[in-house]
Amino acid sequence: MKIRVRVNGQSYESDVEPRKLLAYYLREDLGLTGTHIGCDTTTCGACTVLLDGKAVKSCTVLAVQANGRDVMTVEGLEQDGQLHPLQTAFWEEHGLQCGYCTPGMLMSGYALLQDNPNPSEEEIRRGISGNICRCTGYVNIVKAIQSAANKLADAAEESGDSAKEVSTSGSSSD
Amino acid sequence: MALHQTELRPLGKCVGRKEDPRFIRGKGRYVDDIMLPGMLYMYLVRSPYAHARIKSIDTSAALQAPGVKLVITGEDLEAMNLAWIPTMANDQQMVLATGKVLYQYQEVAAVIAETREQAVDAAQLIDIEYEPLPVVVDPFKALEPDAPILREDREKKSNHVFHWEAGDREATEELFRNAPVVVKKDVRFQRVHPAPLEPCGCIADYNPSTGKLTWYVTSQAPHAHRTVLAMVSGLPEHQIRVISPDVGGGFGNKVPIYPGYVAAVVASLKLGKPVKWIETRTENITSTGFARDYHMTCEIAAEEDGRVLALRVKTIADHGAFDAAADPSKFPAGLFSIVTGSYDFKEALVEVDGVYTNKAPGGVAYRCSFRVTEAAYLIERVMDVLARRVGVDPAELRKRNFIRKEQFPYKSPTGWTYDSGDYEKTLALALEKIGYEELRKEQAEKRARGEFMGIGISTFTEVVGAGPSHTFDIMGIKMFDSAQIRIHPTGKVIARLGVRHQGQGHETTFAQIIAEELGLSTDDVLIEEGDTDNAPYGLGTYASRSTPTAGGAAALCARRIRDKAKKIAAHLLEVGEEDVVWDGVSFSAKGLPGKSVTMKDVAFAAYTNLPEGMEPGLEATYYYDPPNLTFPHGAYIAVVDIDKGTGAVKVRRFLAVDDCGTVINPMIVDGQVHGGLTEGFAIAFMQDIPFDDEGNCLAPNWMDYLVPTALDTPHWETDRTVTPSPHHPIGAKGVGESPNVGSPAAFVNAVVDALAPLGVEHIDMPIFPWKVWQILREHGVTE
Amino acid sequence: MFPNSFEYIAPKTLMEAIELLKQHGYDAKVVAGGQSLLPMMKLRVAAPSILIDINNIDELKGWRNESGYLRIGALTRHADLEHSEELREQYPLLAETAVWIADPLVRNLGTVCGSLAHADPGSDWGAAMLALHAQVEVAGPEGKRQVPIDDFFVDTFTPALEETEIVTAVLVPTPVGRVGGRYLKIERKAGDFAIAGLAVHVSLASDGTVAEAGFGICACGPIPLRGKRAEEYLLGKKLTPETIEAASRLVPEDAEPADDLRGSAEYKRDVLRVFAKRGLSDIAKELQGEVVLR
Ligand SMILES: Cc1cc2nc3c(=O)[nH]c(=O)nc-3n(C[C@H](O)[C@H](O)[C@H](O)COP(=O)(O)OP(=O)(O)OC[C@H]3O[C@@H](n4cnc5c(N)ncnc54)[C@H](O)[C@@H]3O)c2cc1C
Ligand code: FES
Ligand code: FES
Repeated sequence: MKIRVRVNGQSYESDVEPRKLLAYYLREDLGLTGTHIGCDTTTCGACTVLLDGKAVKSCTVLAVQANGRDVMTVEGLEQDGQLHPLQTAFWEEHGLQCGYCTPGMLMSGYALLQDNPNPSEEEIRRGISGNICRCTGYVNIVKAIQSAANKLADAAEESGDSAKEVSTSGSSSD
Repeated sequence: MALHQTELRPLGKCVGRKEDPRFIRGKGRYVDDIMLPGMLYMYLVRSPYAHARIKSIDTSAALQAPGVKLVITGEDLEAMNLAWIPTMANDQQMVLATGKVLYQYQEVAAVIAETREQAVDAAQLIDIEYEPLPVVVDPFKALEPDAPILREDREKKSNHVFHWEAGDREATEELFRNAPVVVKKDVRFQRVHPAPLEPCGCIADYNPSTGKLTWYVTSQAPHAHRTVLAMVSGLPEHQIRVISPDVGGGFGNKVPIYPGYVAAVVASLKLGKPVKWIETRTENITSTGFARDYHMTCEIAAEEDGRVLALRVKTIADHGAFDAAADPSKFPAGLFSIVTGSYDFKEALVEVDGVYTNKAPGGVAYRCSFRVTEAAYLIERVMDVLARRVGVDPAELRKRNFIRKEQFPYKSPTGWTYDSGDYEKTLALALEKIGYEELRKEQAEKRARGEFMGIGISTFTEVVGAGPSHTFDIMGIKMFDSAQIRIHPTGKVIARLGVRHQGQGHETTFAQIIAEELGLSTDDVLIEEGDTDNAPYGLGTYASRSTPTAGGAAALCARRIRDKAKKIAAHLLEVGEEDVVWDGVSFSAKGLPGKSVTMKDVAFAAYTNLPEGMEPGLEATYYYDPPNLTFPHGAYIAVVDIDKGTGAVKVRRFLAVDDCGTVINPMIVDGQVHGGLTEGFAIAFMQDIPFDDEGNCLAPNWMDYLVPTALDTPHWETDRTVTPSPHHPIGAKGVGESPNVGSPAAFVNAVVDALAPLGVEHIDMPIFPWKVWQILREHGVTE
Repeated sequence: MFPNSFEYIAPKTLMEAIELLKQHGYDAKVVAGGQSLLPMMKLRVAAPSILIDINNIDELKGWRNESGYLRIGALTRHADLEHSEELREQYPLLAETAVWIADPLVRNLGTVCGSLAHADPGSDWGAAMLALHAQVEVAGPEGKRQVPIDDFFVDTFTPALEETEIVTAVLVPTPVGRVGGRYLKIERKAGDFAIAGLAVHVSLASDGTVAEAGFGICACGPIPLRGKRAEEYLLGKKLTPETIEAASRLVPEDAEPADDLRGSAEYKRDVLRVFAKRGLSDIAKELQGEVVLR
């Protein structure tokens, strides 16, 4: 079946078997092996990607279901050679050990911060509860997401000042 | 970029991990990420029965299925003399079953096809006729005289695998006979599984034109795997290259050689193409190395005041269908005789009997390869029982019995020589930090109100770093480890080691050790592991042995280089070698202030400006045979609250104070502890692999074999004391398994402590809510 | 693991979807969130040869208020109700329940109606919809019909659906009076199916008596069950420590739990009692503003 999918901002046209799972499509057809597979019961979240902005387990979505939609994988976090603050925070806070859960954690963390830019520890733990990590015991992952939230808030504050100026000049619509 | 990477003298600092940049970008390279041209996929057909004779296997329909290239059965392997392979415990195990199957999910046939999906499709077409046989699930029943004999291949016609014991029987019995107090408990350490997030898998890539087999495999011990493969397959060892790429967690699961690996190699040899086999999570849990499954009976003889005299332990070890434990040859029950723990027992007798049952083989691992977890859990659990019986606070009872600081090196009644420790100090710090006295007060108030709160202590002793070659070998190979360091002209270093990390951060910690010894920064040192073509020989990473063995090798190898560097420095400084001093960062000449050269200067000179007659270059290899094991220890305290309505246990606080000797990187040590505590927590409260009477595995996947999420997991608190190992080159001891070894007892002790007013002395793990509820209701406690 | 091969069709209208079901009958399966079906297909426990994806059918999307009830369209995800602040006041049980289902990732895809159609005894929505006395709206070749939730669960994994029918929505009656809702669940680990779960819905008339009572029992029988005795007992009474105690003792009487690895039948019954008591006490506290002693 022919599908057209946007992945990390780039369009792909592919011919896939309907039974192909999105995770395998990303990994094997597109070579985006950052999305991992850790289980066969939709439990672990190693395969987490964003589908139209929502974090989902890509091992439990068919590639054909992504037809016409937007996918973001861990490879899409870095922009113009700049690591995303979440990535830097995972590094600084030692939020990873073997690294196998990391892409999924980053994507869940990313989705969480989009919805809730200032989450509590409890909210972070809930937000990543679909992602299993066998190595870190989660303490440093939680810290990393908190630290990323702070970094993003700082960045928003900085750019917010300039954004405000732009918006006042362009807010004539209402 | 990351913390402290460019600093000199990095030992002991929180240096940011060098491996992280690739992982946070999704650019790690795990086995399943490797795609080779023309690669085929293998899928295994597994037995639905736990014990059955194979009457026939019909592969004809599968061979006709789309994309199928090959089907392999046990008979095919028999023809190649590969139907059985040796295990690491001097037993043998089937690769693909011939004659009969011995556990549910045992490997029976392999299908190789062009795509993964085709391989699975074709596997469903293989028709196998089984004749079910009586199943033995209970290891005690397996020892009864009329039990069916499971292993027809063995000369010994019984399900008994081995008997092993340590300690002095006579002396122990004598102390028991006269002891004022004796406590006795049956304690089970259930069957669990390490289940790292990345399952096991491999790509076997045999190139018929060069005769070389490249084998990418999820391996914690690539060199050992190569040797075993060479021995069983007849391929020359130098024609096998084992590459263990990034490994997504191991915890011991990736130590053994599994049937799937061998089948993939055979397929590649037959087809001359790369063959990939990646197991599913279900296959991982049901067929690869499980851990524990010890049925223990423990007795302690003591004085009225709780001072211990002697320890007696009898154990039935359920090994499943094959004894595939990865224990050192002389230690069929691993290092279980460390069971006297942190206490000064006068005598001890420890016995273990291994038994075959119709369950998957293993007994390898779970963040502790060598049965130390079982031992630590047992002694820490039963010390609490003793405390209760003699009416002494569990913290106080421990203090009364600790091996005192001045007793080290301490010879234990089962034959170990503990290197160093300061148990009182570690416990004192833990008690103070958690606020033990206030907690006991709070508990008393709560008890008065009919609430259930518990405090559990575990002051365990670990034993790691196997091991000294006089005592330790696996399949005859001595358990040393190695490092090879090369300094290039610009002062940049490549170091290769015989171990293989799976998340422990070797690329950073070993770089720290080497940089420290050579006066460089972590950034200057590149660590490479996991490729047998270029790394020196070593036994691998498990059982917390990397730091004690390879870490020692790295330090001593660097010192060997420094010795040569000193000679070159003397030449550059134009003084005699005896006048050169090393201050950790540079060489200077005694009495000539201001004149010094760094390792970088020396490195350049090693290739450009050498003293007369000196061999050029600056490199060394070191094979380190440790003189002894190391004995980390810790004091852990758990605080729990019990929900009277549902029996649910909430771990309110958990503090781990560890002593792992010299700390190389505190951030990484904390991370290791967090991870190990989480695994210990899972074992205490949710993990078990039960079987029904037909031998069906009742927790075959992550729906039923439970792994805790961030929501389940408590917030861990950590602290440290530092008692360096006197014999390790940098005083380090290893920490990876301590939290798993030490924590289960703390959790269980806390729950039992909470329920103590009801007279409860023991609850077997995992402590599911219904178990607690049942105890509460039996005692008339209800909400 | 990988599903068997199948043909995939994603119709844009309900009519087309029903037509496809008519054509293919037993060989076809509808996929909504796919969070129960795809895992089963991956393990090859389910192997439809035609997969009809209803995700592109606009008329099944979203929830809206209609006169007398809230209409939750078939493509409403668990997460939609978890985050529906607008529904908190009148339908508190919806968000209370949603947050207990699986994890955020599964909740982003799984649908309320898919959970009902799957008819898993551990369906948290099954219990919640029983408590809310919902109706399931079903469309087939003959048009639409409404099935009371009590008649919808026939047996384990067996809903009252013809092969050619699709669940189009679940309709939740608009409650009268002040509403309280709680979902109580004990699981072996976060995101797991329940060991036992209880949905509690209560609305109070202006005189403070119970106008509506609903108890939905999860994972304690072959299908989600109604705590009927407790409901009947509470109607017209005030929430007092005594009535709460009495009602909570009645809830387990309607449960049919089995002994399994999650716990004994006796255990699950007792947990239901505890949950009923806690749920009602909380609701009483919230609606009456008074502390009800446990
Ligand atoms: C890891 C995990 C944990 C989970 N934990 C829980 C839990 O704790 N509690 C809980 O309640 N659920 C749990 N679930 C199940 C989850 O809630 C599912 O989303 C839900 O059961 C099914 O909804 P779906 O939309 O995904 O249905 P699908 O998977 O798409 O379909 C399920 C079945 O219903 C049929 N179906 C779906 N929609 C319709 C329709 N509109 N008309 C007719 N038939 C239809 C399908 O044909 C199929 O037979 C869990 C799932 C996973 C993977
Ligand atoms: S691979 Fe485990 S949830 Fe997708
Ligand atoms: S870092 Fe290994 S699983 Fe999370």
